[in-house]
Amino acid sequence: MSLYYVQKFIYNINRDTKLQTGFAANADMILANYDLTDEEACALREADIGLLYVMGVNGQLLMHYAAYRGLAWDDYIQAMKDGLAKYGEVRAGSYVTIDGGAGGAV
Amino acid sequence: MSLVFAGLCSHAPGITARAERAPAELREPFFANFNIMRQQLEAAKPDALIVIAAEHFANFFMDNMPAYAMGAAPYYEGPIEDPDWLKIKRRKIPGNANLSFRLIKTIMQDIDLAYSEEWKCDHGIMVPLHFLTPNYDIDIIPVNINCQTAPFTPLKRAWAFGKALRKACDFVDERIAIVATGGISHWPATPNSGKINEAWDRDFLDKFARNDKTALLAYNDEAVYADAGQGGAEIRTFIALAGAVEGRKINIAFYAPIPIYAVGCTIAMVDLDES
Ligand SMILES: [Fe+2]
Repeated sequence: MSLYYVQKFIYNINRDTKLQTGFAANADMILANYDLTDEEACALREADIGLLYVMGVNGQLLMHYAAYRGLAWDDYIQAMKDGLAKYGEVRAGSYVTIDGGAGGAV
Repeated sequence: MSLVFAGLCSHAPGITARAERAPAELREPFFANFNIMRQQLEAAKPDALIVIAAEHFANFFMDNMPAYAMGAAPYYEGPIEDPDWLKIKRRKIPGNANLSFRLIKTIMQDIDLAYSEEWKCDHGIMVPLHFLTPNYDIDIIPVNINCQTAPFTPLKRAWAFGKALRKACDFVDERIAIVATGGISHWPATPNSGKINEAWDRDFLDKFARNDKTALLAYNDEAVYADAGQGGAEIRTFIALAGAVEGRKINIAFYAPIPIYAVGCTIAMVDLDES
């Protein structure tokens, strides 16, 4: 587990358009700079928002990452719900889902 | 000179990103109150606007997370978000490094404030500026209180920061405006996005409006997280503003839960002239 570095990659790329250009050109080369498991690198490369959410990525980091990776709002909310169904409950962090995701509006 | 304007507003990205998806009967009075706030801000003729924000990883990360930070640059930039997503164009925002450093020097007498000579703004500052300084013709001084990742600064320190900031404003020759910006109860960036605890919000706003220091500082992080969600930590920006205008009542011009904006949308202003 290296959730810290998953989040650090997201933090760096969310705020740096030059890094975004580099990532688009060669994702693996950029990801190699971070101490990531294969599962984490794959989730970041493939923009598996559901898995990243379940891993415990801070919601504010993930919301901006999902937007940068081109997910529309409703698709981003749905990706988190799909992640819960596929991978189970959020494993770490404070951005857990409560009441099965009830009370929300998209 | 001193403080010439003080107010507070919400900053949720949905306010611009999903503006048209809110019912008109909620959106229109909310935006109308943003407009009133802009007019009052302009009428105060400030030389600079300090935005007390709760950023979302635009500048600070867990490798080196300050509890309090102030920008000290000649210009800032934003938004970091995809501009088509936030529906706010990317731009430079004017700053005043000299004024920032004079404020910082005074604040440091009371608070160990971090400062940064570069700063990028996320929706936490860009959404308020979109409504309040749409021509980007006023110098901005960004402030951040870490409300994103625990451990958080204690609420009594947020109050003390507000007081220290006010002292610094009173110490410079320029006319200073302060806008604090944060959410009350909300569960943003989760599948629960749109959940709002209206009763909790109204109770908090009642204490905030009365500027009841004892009641505001009686909240604790565990209860706030349980009752007000991840976003509840942003009450620090409200409390800093309350500290900056200690002894003054705060007028809640607008409050309404707007689920598609993911927060109870709030506009508040302080009458600084009342005796
Ligand atoms: Fe926020």
